[in-house]
Amino acid sequence: MIERLRRNSELSLILVGAAITAGAYTLASLGRTASIPADIGPFLGIIVGLFLFAHLVVRRLAPGADGMLLPLAGLLNGIGYVFIARLDESLAGLQATWTAVGIAAFVGTLLFVRRTRNLERYRYTFLLVGIVLLMLPLVPGVGQVIKGARIWVSVGPVNFQPGEFAKIALALFFASYLVEKRELLSLASWPRFRPALPDPKHLGPVLVAWGISLVVMTAEKDLGSSLLFFALFMVMLWVATARAGYLAVGTLLFAAGAFFSWSTFSHVQDRVANWLNPWADPDGGGFQIIQGWYALAYGGIAGTGISLGTPDRIPESQNDFIFAAIGEELGLLGATAVLVTFILMIGAGLGVATRSEGAFDKLLATGLTALLGIQTFIIIAGVTRLLPLTGVTLPFVSYGGSSLVANYVLLALLMRISDENHRRERDKEAVAHKAGAMA
Amino acid sequence: MNTQIRRLGLALLVCFTALFAQLNYIQVFRAEPLNERPGNTRKVVESFSRPRGTIETADGVVLARSVASDDQFRFQREFPEGELFGHVTGHYNFNFGSTGLEAAYDSALAGQTPEIDLATVSDLFVDREQVGNLAITIRKDVQETARAALGDRPGSVVAVDPKTGAVLAFWSFPSYDPDALSAHGDSADDARAMLEASPANPLLPKMYRETFFPGSTFKVVTASVGVETGRVRPDQPVYPVLPAFDIDFTADELDNFGGDPCGGSLFDVLKVSCNSSFASMGAETIGPAAMVAGAERFGFNDRPPIDLPAPAASRFPTDFPDNQGNGPLARASIGQGNVSSTPLQMALVAAAVANQGTIMAPHLMDRITDDQGEVVKTYEPRRWTDAISPETAAVIRQGMIGVVEDGTATRLAIPGVEVGGKTGTAQLGTDPPRSHAWIIGFAGPPGDARVAVAVMVEGQPGASEQTGGRVAAPIAKAVMEKVLQTQGGG
Repeated sequence: MIERLRRNSELSLILVGAAITAGAYTLASLGRTASIPADIGPFLGIIVGLFLFAHLVVRRLAPGADGMLLPLAGLLNGIGYVFIARLDESLAGLQATWTAVGIAAFVGTLLFVRRTRNLERYRYTFLLVGIVLLMLPLVPGVGQVIKGARIWVSVGPVNFQPGEFAKIALALFFASYLVEKRELLSLASWPRFRPALPDPKHLGPVLVAWGISLVVMTAEKDLGSSLLFFALFMVMLWVATARAGYLAVGTLLFAAGAFFSWSTFSHVQDRVANWLNPWADPDGGGFQIIQGWYALAYGGIAGTGISLGTPDRIPESQNDFIFAAIGEELGLLGATAVLVTFILMIGAGLGVATRSEGAFDKLLATGLTALLGIQTFIIIAGVTRLLPLTGVTLPFVSYGGSSLVANYVLLALLMRISDENHRRERDKEAVAHKAGAMA
Repeated sequence: MNTQIRRLGLALLVCFTALFAQLNYIQVFRAEPLNERPGNTRKVVESFSRPRGTIETADGVVLARSVASDDQFRFQREFPEGELFGHVTGHYNFNFGSTGLEAAYDSALAGQTPEIDLATVSDLFVDREQVGNLAITIRKDVQETARAALGDRPGSVVAVDPKTGAVLAFWSFPSYDPDALSAHGDSADDARAMLEASPANPLLPKMYRETFFPGSTFKVVTASVGVETGRVRPDQPVYPVLPAFDIDFTADELDNFGGDPCGGSLFDVLKVSCNSSFASMGAETIGPAAMVAGAERFGFNDRPPIDLPAPAASRFPTDFPDNQGNGPLARASIGQGNVSSTPLQMALVAAAVANQGTIMAPHLMDRITDDQGEVVKTYEPRRWTDAISPETAAVIRQGMIGVVEDGTATRLAIPGVEVGGKTGTAQLGTDPPRSHAWIIGFAGPPGDARVAVAVMVEGQPGASEQTGGRVAAPIAKAVMEKVLQTQGGG
């Protein structure tokens, strides 16, 4: 019953999302050429087709999964696509292809991961995969420096950011590792006179995570991912152990690391300087942030309308700064809608986590949702100058294959956990029902 | 763990609320200051990206229009008539701005004046993209006549309707093609660099933004001031026949042209443009204070209120120190020395004489219509300055008619029409001698002049008083004839 209800609402929400996307696509074309796009039919067909396919697969493979996650992701993906196509037509085809690959990865994940518990066994494989993926850009020959960050890997004609996949592998590892060690890690025995933290010897993993994030920050100059990894680990550690002391230690460690890199690396100093006062160098370091602000300010409350603004003058407007482009053309209303969409996704993800019974499932769902939420916060806070700008993608919205595919994998894992929750509750009910009947 | 998960959710919610607050701060509270920041070009691009109305001549020829373009500005401004109206319409460029009517009527063309923008009640609520179309007072055929008559000699031709101040011809050679300067992209910068490098300065609309020695055409002002002050009458004083005017403190005398002796009463000295007599009239009969006041009543030392950007003020010196003797004022009284004038100002001097002493504000705008062709604004003629009394104007008018009948400006005569004029030859003191050839004049049915002109041809060979009449008069005549013909008055 619940399964059908969830799937039917998923289907209708997907159709609503597709209608919004198609409407935005039409508006973009109207704004640009004052005509309805010639390919609106095929366009609508393809997006409805893609997400309908994903929906049918969910019906089969995870019928009890949360019904909001896929439509919300589809909506963000669709809005992102409209803006990418509007900002740089040459990227539209690629982004569409990546969306299809993302859906395929979503389906593949649901297909291969039938039970999340199976993943728990491969924790050290995930650790290895995560670290290898993270370090891959540092390998001479395949690593690529693009726009100052060494986070790209080039294999033949394909460029991708392995970090996007590493974050999922690391979330998987952290979840299984912390499930095993949480008892130990949550025992406060240190310092002696006022125990607040476990024995320092158990702090090894914290230091490892800190080390990884430092390597990412210094060797790859990727501040955003570094912050993301570290925040992910600290959140998962805290949720697993319920010891706020870890957060304090982690924050101190991160602060120390951040101060170290700030005093050592000029690019970090630049970032901070441009954050504190972008107007000092409006045509250089502060240019992107200022242009982003101009775009948002120009959009005002209602926005200029899609294709009627000039967000193309913001560097990386289709990528890290796509939120500023949305803010300009859809205004505060549209930008807030995007924020709300993310909040709904986070709410759904954390809902999956709280309903999970197994510690691993719970922790994994928390970690994956935290990834989504923290990454979104980092980039939007960077664009709006709430935090120093650190380049990460806006999940599902920004241009980029790696990010899109990785986030669809993340989504599939969340839905798998959600489906398991449902199945378990259903079985429980059935047992209770049977017991009731027998009595 | 669920407690922590809920707290995590709460923490993320707080984070996103902070984002929402920051968005409000940027998009609402700080939006206006950010939009107005000097480095922020978005508003400029926006206004530059609006559709604009057309500029049309009085005979309906399109001078400027906007056509759709597929770059960031959405519209490309086109100037089908090219250089013929280059100085009138000006150009429209994002990087270096706009000039001419494009600048002066920017908001009207963009449909952003209250008359156009709020034409109906519904416009209060809907931000429609409206435009205003500007119709000007110049006819294309008259402008073409001016261009053809001047040919490829550097110079200016200005014709106005003395009764309304409507500009009827406004040509300066060399001109430029505003199309090239309004292109989007680097080609416009290249075209501008080329034009700026040209010594002839084709970008400068010299007819209203460059001043020259007016030469003997200024004697109309001197004569007018003399009559207005009552110190000169048609019959007296009678100036002695002299070959030159004796300048104080120097052996350098102010010669008549060719050193020919001349003199006589007002009309006589006007006909032959007698330097010694007018030098005496300004420096001795009228005197400095009255000369300065009189010239300023004609609009000297003030910018004409024409509806174009940055018109130049014509200059008449205001200070004639006693210790410099009579020289400066004597020279100024014959349009030399420190007097300088735009061709537009001299056309307005002729217009004052033709319009009972009143100079109407010169203007190019005739009316502005909205996209539906409804007239939203019509130019209301207004006076600029009362240069002289109608009585004085009548006297000077007679004098100038005499100059055409049997003076230096006989080439200005048009059969069957009352024509008055005054030539000028502003010597540049070069060797071989070169001078600016001038003429001002008016024409129309008797007592009802329909057109006033000023023609100035720069740097012509020769320095005789004949130069102005020989070189400039045929141009002025052609333009006046054309104007009268288009008015149907013949």
